[in-house]
Amino acid sequence: MRVNVTVNGEQRQADDVWEGESLLFMLRERLGLPGSKNACEQGECGSCTVYLDDVPVCACLVAAGQAQDRSVRTVEGLAQGDQLDPVQEAFVEAGAVQCGFCTPGLVVAAHDLLDRVPSPSDPEIREALAGNLCRCTGYEKILDAVRLAAARR
Amino acid sequence: MTLTPAELTSAVSGGIGTSPQRPDGNLKVRGEFAYASDLWHEDMIWGATLRSPHPYARIVSVDLTEALKVPGVYAVLTHSDVPGRNLYGLEHKDQPVLAVDVVRYQGEPIALVGADHPETALRAMKKIAVVYDVLEPVVDMETAVDDTPLHPGGNLVRHVPIRRGSQDITADVVVTGRYEVGMQDQAFLGPESGLAVPATDGSVDLYIATQWLHVDRDQVASALGLPVEKVRLTLSGVGGAFGGREDLSMQVHACLLALHTGKPVKMVYNREESFYGHVHRHPAVLYYEHGADHTGKLVYVRTRMYLDGGAYASSTPAVVANAATLGVGPYEVDNVTVDAYGVYTNNPPCGAMRGFGAVQAGFAYESQMDKLAEALGMSPVDVRVRNAMTEGSVMPTGQVVDSAAPVAQLLKLVQDKPLPAGTSTDIRELPGGVSNTTHGEGVVRGVGYAVGIKNICFSEGYDDYSTARVRVSMVQNELAAAVHTAACEVGQGLVTIMQQIVRTELGIERVTVLPMDTTIGNGGSTSASRQTYVTGGAVKAACALVRDKLAGRTDIGDEVIDETTEWRHRATEALDPETGQGNAHVQYGFAAHRAVVDVDVDLGLVRVVALDCAQDVGRALNPQAVLGQIQGGSAQGLGLAVMEEIQTSGGKVRNPSFTDYLIPTVLDMPPMSIDVLELADPHAPYGIRGVGEPPTISSTPAIVAAIRAATGLALTRVPVRPEHLTGT
Repeated sequence: MRVNVTVNGEQRQADDVWEGESLLFMLRERLGLPGSKNACEQGECGSCTVYLDDVPVCACLVAAGQAQDRSVRTVEGLAQGDQLDPVQEAFVEAGAVQCGFCTPGLVVAAHDLLDRVPSPSDPEIREALAGNLCRCTGYEKILDAVRLAAARR
Repeated sequence: MTLTPAELTSAVSGGIGTSPQRPDGNLKVRGEFAYASDLWHEDMIWGATLRSPHPYARIVSVDLTEALKVPGVYAVLTHSDVPGRNLYGLEHKDQPVLAVDVVRYQGEPIALVGADHPETALRAMKKIAVVYDVLEPVVDMETAVDDTPLHPGGNLVRHVPIRRGSQDITADVVVTGRYEVGMQDQAFLGPESGLAVPATDGSVDLYIATQWLHVDRDQVASALGLPVEKVRLTLSGVGGAFGGREDLSMQVHACLLALHTGKPVKMVYNREESFYGHVHRHPAVLYYEHGADHTGKLVYVRTRMYLDGGAYASSTPAVVANAATLGVGPYEVDNVTVDAYGVYTNNPPCGAMRGFGAVQAGFAYESQMDKLAEALGMSPVDVRVRNAMTEGSVMPTGQVVDSAAPVAQLLKLVQDKPLPAGTSTDIRELPGGVSNTTHGEGVVRGVGYAVGIKNICFSEGYDDYSTARVRVSMVQNELAAAVHTAACEVGQGLVTIMQQIVRTELGIERVTVLPMDTTIGNGGSTSASRQTYVTGGAVKAACALVRDKLAGRTDIGDEVIDETTEWRHRATEALDPETGQGNAHVQYGFAAHRAVVDVDVDLGLVRVVALDCAQDVGRALNPQAVLGQIQGGSAQGLGLAVMEEIQTSGGKVRNPSFTDYLIPTVLDMPPMSIDVLELADPHAPYGIRGVGEPPTISSTPAIVAAIRAATGLALTRVPVRPEHLTGT
């Protein structure tokens, strides 16, 4: 089937999409946007978190066809050209990035949190990021990054 | 378009002792860093692997007929299509690339499919008809040696004995215990992936997420029957490793499909396949007896330990040696008896994971130290300090510890930290969290301590070295450097460290890290906490050669200075096979933890309230990255303490998913207060001491000690499960 979808503000079209394909597969393999990651592909790790019409979802749990005529914003759509989003900037600065495989999902989840709650408390940050697994950092520097981004936004 | 690994430079500079930003950081936060699973090539096809559903079975027949008929399938391959040697392995070549007439673990690869879409490959795979004669699996590590032999030489992979001092001395106070460690998974987030691109001359390029390019290359070339120069490996982006990428996964498989079809082949495991696709941490059963005098001084330690290597050897021999040589912990003991056994079973193959043998022993000897403290009426810290190793202490192997060993100091540092406030009334900070399972009723608190020891770099006489090339030329009227190695960046930050070293050694700000590949000599493995030490040492040595040629010049015109060198750490010795004596290790690392837990004794839920750490790192080349290693390593130890286990039944994995195999989330990991000591090791470049593994050793036993202190339960097995706490 053919899927028409707005991705990062651009009208995109994917052809020959198999009915069982996920939004994640379509983004990664058909639309050239591999930023959203494939760590578990069953909604447990959050590494594929994207905005679907402004709501963060696990792209692995959304069928590609469900994105028809809707708007998707991925980690690739957060920066303005060379200018990183403050959340992205804070992740690099705070040392919240090691292997970085969880980073795209965490950046989108933290971006969403700060849109909703500009100055979150630590328990609020933990609750908001509880669906994103990271295996490298022990999360301390991810918390630092979100606090830093909140202070700057 | 081909997505391939990029050269890395960074805008923020800084030499050693500072924390400049990672040169790959911007790419990673933008989603533009090319991990192995992101690679793409014009005209590529997808590979898939048919795996055994049985832990132990004879293969009666394999029929590919129906699979080959599926439209979109390019190839279906079995062992008969392996042109070279169909056996590989890190220490013993005992593992088939594709099974021949027997499968020894659930998940063992039998056949490969190459197809136009991953789903086509999966569908074709399901049409491969395999007839099995299912056999009774060997699953008990303690009796495996006397059970059905799974390999020609029997089921003993390695026995490491250590005999030091008196073997029959007695003591005033004796404590014994039997301890179990469950099978932990590395659970790196980036699944096993790679892209193999065939060339017209019969050679192949493999872009791969791995920990050791050259050993991968040699094993791939052997299986393909090609000279090593016809197999070129380039490191792609690696989504974590933790030991799980030391062994081959799909390296040979992707190359086989590529050379067979003449097409680029991409293989990406999903999470379930990843659980079958790499080795795990050895589960272990450990028997200990500690004898001490009335002052708490250890008189002897005797231990017999079993480590379950599963179906193939992988790095079991080295893991067993670590468990044995580090088996009494960071303590002075004059009389030691150790027998450590690594065995074959039909359980999942086990090999390297962060801590590598020291973790299993660490849980057991630290549990014993707490038991001894209780028997003596001493505090857990006092009994440890009473026996703490120092510089100049002698290991059970006879090796003298010849650099800082601040074991007592580390314990006192964590002991002196302020304790967190009492049990919270906010349900988000109670066991069970927002599940709203308690408002504080039934919740008890406990505090526990542990300290651990880990060897750094490769041991037992291994020729452990790295190769580095540093090239300097003029770019925009200033000196610029490029650094090239085959040492794998897996997330730990080696790329940053190499830039820092070049800046410090040459005073050149602009430093580019070239993609890591096999066009340069061996970089050694990204394991054993060794890359900053060994590859860092090689980069430093290459800079010294460049510096001589620069001779103080800041303008070299059109000249290009290009120096490559190998660098080795000091040599180690083999262990005596009868007595386990020998200077087997290069360096020792130490860390201590204090854990504070709240336990809901009605439901068996644990919340780790605080997990504080002190570690000696010799010298912190990048303080931010050092903290990141300590925090991440401690989190993996927390996982082993209270949640992480690959559960097997009759050799079959029961929980191959992140739904059922739990790793710590941000809700599970408490804030950490960390003290970093910098007591330089005179034998190491810049005085550094490997950082990555020590915190993983002591984190687990400290948390379990805290749960024991809270509940009064013996808790001899990790991970501690709710039913261990409720007795239900």
